[in-house]
Amino acid sequence: MSVSEKIREILAEQALLSPSDVPDEASLEDIGIDSMGVVEVIFAIEETFSIEVPFNANDPQASAFDVSSVGAITAAVNQLIAEQKATG
Amino acid sequence: MNRRVVITGQGAISALGPTAKSTLSAMMDGVCAITSLEFPNADRLSVGIGGQIKEYDPSAQFSRSELALFDPFTQFAVLSAREAVAQSGLEFGEALSLRSGVILGSAGGGLQTQDENYRLVYEDGKNRVHPFVVPRLMMNAGSSQLSMIFGLRGACYTIATACASSNHAMGQAFHAIRGGSADVMLTGGSDSMLCFGGLKAWEGLRVMSSDGCRPFCATRNGMVQGEGAAVFVFEELEHARARGAPILAEVAGFSMTADAGDIVVPNQDGAARAIRGALADGNLSPEQVGYVNAHGTATAVNDRTETAALRNALGTAADRIALSSTKSMHGHIMGGTGAVELLSCIAAVKDGQLAPTVNYRTPDPECDLDIVANTARETPVEVAISNAFAFGGLNAVLALKRFG
Repeated sequence: MSVSEKIREILAEQALLSPSDVPDEASLEDIGIDSMGVVEVIFAIEETFSIEVPFNANDPQASAFDVSSVGAITAAVNQLIAEQKATG
Repeated sequence: MNRRVVITGQGAISALGPTAKSTLSAMMDGVCAITSLEFPNADRLSVGIGGQIKEYDPSAQFSRSELALFDPFTQFAVLSAREAVAQSGLEFGEALSLRSGVILGSAGGGLQTQDENYRLVYEDGKNRVHPFVVPRLMMNAGSSQLSMIFGLRGACYTIATACASSNHAMGQAFHAIRGGSADVMLTGGSDSMLCFGGLKAWEGLRVMSSDGCRPFCATRNGMVQGEGAAVFVFEELEHARARGAPILAEVAGFSMTADAGDIVVPNQDGAARAIRGALADGNLSPEQVGYVNAHGTATAVNDRTETAALRNALGTAADRIALSSTKSMHGHIMGGTGAVELLSCIAAVKDGQLAPTVNYRTPDPECDLDIVANTARETPVEVAISNAFAFGGLNAVLALKRFG
């Protein structure tokens, strides 16, 4: 399963949707994931990909991790995997 | 104005059953729900029995997002509250929600959540835990979830006084309504400490029985833990009357004392003062009392001390007052125990049904009261008392009165 598919699956589980209802352009708000849900999603992403996600729930916009859309999350996760593999 | 407080709903879950109704029915049948403990590493415990809730499927009761936030102690509180509120028929509109609150007792709070996550970080070496560990484990999680679910916006808090927690909680709820700061309170207690860490800690004290809970029996050899919850709707009498609510019993008196003595050894004087105080608070005399739900932990010292305290507080009336410890059936539910046990006091004043003390074999001259041994009894009761005496020397006693 690709990174994109896995992320879609994580988000779908959190939003109680089917993965096909989680398009790249959707924001987390669009699919009904609230601020607490975002924190759970970050946890699931960290567990699934064995990466550390820089995310501060106090100020999500200021975090280095872009959660503005499904596609943005996928891109950010791909980047973190590459970086953390390189340093890990 | 003399405000009176009545109980208009009850809900519970225990090893005896998933509802107040089934728990009470099993109590009256003298069912002993103490069984072999089933959870990871239970084989490493020297005490392998408890009043564990089995055949329970949380996913049938709660959504995925609720389960992420609800430790078992919160789940039990929510299930109990749903049942109690449904029975009461209350609907919390805007005005009532501002005059309603929640006070629950708990000794361990989200202990299972702590236990599981300590295991993950210490034993499994994980460096990351689920984001909701804190909102799951906090002592006030149960109370806060109830306030959110039912929209109760008055006083909301959790009381932790070990084994007396729920009696203290119900006493405070009683005071809040009687004193005029609330019209309705959801109150009771909840605990779920049946996990490896929780019981291992208790083993250290060497007060647990490995073969059964036999309160007031000469063969008793210690306490047995249980888990569960009970939640009640306490309501101001005129408020309940105005809406034609079912009234189960009146909360007539409450008293709390401290032994100021030993951190674990109970004290006869502190217990007796609490019993006398609860009667005085409700303008009740020992002659009116027909039933006592004892703290009755089945430790050698508690049951002996409690017997002496009852004699001290009730005088000659103690000889004809029926007494039972339902812990013999559901185990010691810690911070929730007084709440589950209040069910039996309500049954006593409402239906004249006295729950038994099961596993009773041999009389103990030091526990020479009228123990309702092994089978339930039917007899009208005007006033019932519920005792709770906690580690830390904290005593909290409630007196219920038959209504109507």
